[in-house]
Amino acid sequence: MATMTQEEIFDKVKTTLVDALSVDEEEVTESAKLQADLGAESIDFLDIAFRLEKLFNIKIPQDELFPQQIISNPAYVENRKLNAAGLAALKAAMPHADLSQFEKNPEIDKLGDVFTVGTIVRYLQTKIAR
Amino acid sequence: MRWIWIDRFEAFESGKRAVAVKNVTLAEDHLHDHFPEFPVMPASLMIEGMAQTAGILVGEARNFEEKVILAKVKRAVFRSLVRPGETLRYAADIEQITESAASTVGKITIGDTLIGEVDIVFSHIDQNMSGLQFPEENFVFTPEFRSLLNTYRTDAGQRISL
Repeated sequence: MATMTQEEIFDKVKTTLVDALSVDEEEVTESAKLQADLGAESIDFLDIAFRLEKLFNIKIPQDELFPQQIISNPAYVENRKLNAAGLAALKAAMPHADLSQFEKNPEIDKLGDVFTVGTIVRYLQTKIAR
Repeated sequence: MRWIWIDRFEAFESGKRAVAVKNVTLAEDHLHDHFPEFPVMPASLMIEGMAQTAGILVGEARNFEEKVILAKVKRAVFRSLVRPGETLRYAADIEQITESAASTVGKITIGDTLIGEVDIVFSHIDQNMSGLQFPEENFVFTPEFRSLLNTYRTDAGQRISL
């Protein structure tokens, strides 16, 4: 497992998402957003996490891939936006995510956009390397 | 009409596997509409039968403390029609189970014939990601549902001599 290339991981993630979300292979690009582009609902995240655990033989704690505990922490949220402390906590919790767009306007309703195919691939890379 | 789509458990291995049987009978009203003069067990109700078999298996694994809700039918494939007088066997295996959810794989058979395969993801809804609150009472596992498990745990499946 440790020798898997990013491309190999991407291919496996693609197959997983095609099966779990009934989307076409062409739709699953590195930048595709799970919810906005691939139509994933919250329940699909459970399904996807289970499939990836099985496929990569790893454990995916719920808070690790999708750090819900940050947006539900009142100390981190003001007017449905993450404050500076919240953003810092999010960055620490999600080193695998590209937060550059989200940072410009950190509305928690927009957090779903952070979950791209690339986010999952990078998360798995760090997970497998461990 | 009672929403119970399995008749009894034939095998039950806590946290792992359950097998339930369902006898298909013309006493069930819906078969007369599905279809007139050609009664066929609806596939949707076989999915429900598997969901009840697997759902009780998943619920029992956490001592019925969680509210186990069918979140997603991952896969449902049916290979042949089922007619009145036949006995369905739902075999469910827990594939993965965590604090927040479980996934099961299931096979439906009649005798040695594979009728269908139904794989399901269940959610423990009190542990949902969006933090929604649900009533405290476990409305999923009513006493009626839990008593189904007694069909395996006691001698209820055995013939009682008169």
